[in-house]
Amino acid sequence: MNKIFETPLYAYQRSPDQDAATPVRHKAIVVGAGPVGLAAAIDLAQQGIAVVVLDENDKVSFGSRAICFSQRTLEIADRLGTGRQMVDKGVLWDAGKVYFDDRQVYEFNLQPDTGYANPAFINLQQYYFEDALVARVRELQAAGAPIEIRGHNKVDAIGTHDTHVALEVDTPEGPYNVEAEWLIACDGASSPTRRMLGLDFEGRVFEDNFLIADVVMEADFPSERWFWFDPPFNRGQSALLHKQPDNVWRIDLQLGWDIDKEHEKRPENVIPRLKAMLGEDVEFDLEWVSIYTFQCRRMDRFRHGRVLFAGDSAHQVSPFGARGANSGVQDTDNLCWKLKLVIDGQAPELLLDSYSHERVQAADENITNSTRSTDFITPKSEMSRLLRDAVLDLSEHYDFARPLVNSGRLSTPCTYTGSSLNSADALNGPEVTRPGAACPDAPLGDEFLLPKLAGKFTLLTIDADAPDRIEEGGIEATRLALSVKDDLTLELKRRYLGGATSAVYLIRPDQHVAARRDNYEENAFRQAIRRATGKE
Amino acid sequence: MTDLILTPNIDNADDFYAGLLSVHEGLDPAQSDALNARLVLVLANHIGNSEVLAQALDAAALKGR
Ligand SMILES: Cc1cc2nc3c(=O)[nH]c(=O)nc-3n(C[C@H](O)[C@H](O)[C@H](O)COP(=O)(O)OP(=O)(O)OC[C@H]3O[C@@H](n4cnc5c(N)ncnc54)[C@H](O)[C@@H]3O)c2cc1C
Repeated sequence: MNKIFETPLYAYQRSPDQDAATPVRHKAIVVGAGPVGLAAAIDLAQQGIAVVVLDENDKVSFGSRAICFSQRTLEIADRLGTGRQMVDKGVLWDAGKVYFDDRQVYEFNLQPDTGYANPAFINLQQYYFEDALVARVRELQAAGAPIEIRGHNKVDAIGTHDTHVALEVDTPEGPYNVEAEWLIACDGASSPTRRMLGLDFEGRVFEDNFLIADVVMEADFPSERWFWFDPPFNRGQSALLHKQPDNVWRIDLQLGWDIDKEHEKRPENVIPRLKAMLGEDVEFDLEWVSIYTFQCRRMDRFRHGRVLFAGDSAHQVSPFGARGANSGVQDTDNLCWKLKLVIDGQAPELLLDSYSHERVQAADENITNSTRSTDFITPKSEMSRLLRDAVLDLSEHYDFARPLVNSGRLSTPCTYTGSSLNSADALNGPEVTRPGAACPDAPLGDEFLLPKLAGKFTLLTIDADAPDRIEEGGIEATRLALSVKDDLTLELKRRYLGGATSAVYLIRPDQHVAARRDNYEENAFRQAIRRATGKE
Repeated sequence: MTDLILTPNIDNADDFYAGLLSVHEGLDPAQSDALNARLVLVLANHIGNSEVLAQALDAAALKGR
């Protein structure tokens, strides 16, 4: 087994909090040092909010989990300071094959989408993703940032109050009490925080089991995504093969609900299936085998007073489309700037309700997408199977049917349509940048747009005038003045102007569009800032 | 808004209908069902327009009739 699973990354150390006469109160405590909790903590610390992360463990999350990270996640990781190294380590892929029954129905080559600093997605083991975030925490600590991870600190009891949250934390040296003004629960799908607060986790849509096998192949196996519908070696189910760094290939075999897990996991049952997938004479080593169960559900609301839920604790989706960790990281992107403004007294607590509204919308979108994939992969009725098979048969002969083949839709950022933070659209501009949308990247000569929008309110002007900064109720928006001439590839024009000749955008710290019009109108933008910070 | 055509529009309707029957000749029910499913998808792709397709789904379900 991979030694990364055994290496303590944040070994238990006694904290002065454990010897305090009265419980120490922190600004923010994050429960859980998975990808989501780590991202939240780094984001807060980078904004100067003191944060403590508590985890019952002291290592990367055990076993083989997420492998596919999307462009939006990488853009957020750039802001957190880890994007580059993740992309460098990750596997880029652009080709794949689709099999149905006993034959290949088509192969594809994705045209690279140009004009973005980051690829559409990378494959990277979740433990590398987490490892990079922990390294970033260490770097921030070395620079004096107020961030701390406490390993073997298990949250055992929670009390909620108007002004704070009280925690009882168990450690190898016994329990202690500690308090937080704000608690971010990133403690995973079986969230003890959720359970201890007696909160719901509803909406189970489907249940399934997957056999996850990671195999190491030294041979020159192509770095492609192969997907099988109803193959002879896994009748009535699906199978997926996908490359990860270090010559590791991920194999997902869908097993259905009613199975004998112990039987399926035995090497003598796993290996013949893998040979049927890879070819009889391909040499491989099994690095990891496990069986996972998936459900689709979410909490009713992600905010409960001073407790905010993010990641798997708030929502769970099926694995098709790689939405779990990706959406969790996007939760923190949405949450942290809002929490910063609330902690600094620059925005009302109400702003945090918009976190719940916006990310519930995103969770529903993810659940819808992954449910549609599931319905295609595992048809639920005779007619559903008939239509699915018709799509696959046609896809062998005609291009038109290929977009209907649904083996998982790549996670794309949610556009928060209808969010109370948006102002009415006042630009005859492209759909992709309407209020609520995540700003698409665009090239600017040797540089890119998104890093210039990070972490603060921005007035993006394109061939339009505006003051260099405006301040409204303590919130400052600074201008980024661009011209369509700054991008000879014309992506900036295509993505931000469309039919318009000039534009002014108000962009939130999480790089989502709050408002846009064709020119600067002071009152409109002042109002837009108030709306975007929950004051109107 | 584009409207679904629900007035006679097929060139040589009898020829088309005979052709539709003939592609099913010699097929067992499962093969015929599969062919029909493929035909629906081929035609849907030709139409493309989502408004027309939505109206076609309703028309076939005899909604509002
Ligand atoms: C096989 C598989 C494939 C997947 N593929 C993808 C993919 O390709 N892309 C993708 O985006 N997602 C994928 N996912 C989903 C992804 O792994 C999860 O969404 C992600 O790990 C969620 O992160 P999290 O931080 O919310 O929770 P977790 O990673 O579950 O972390 C929760 C943390 O909380 C800690 N904790 C729990 N209870 C306590 C307590 N009482 N006190 C203190 N700490 C506690 C745990 O120790 C743990 O570290 C996949 C998942 C699986 C299983």
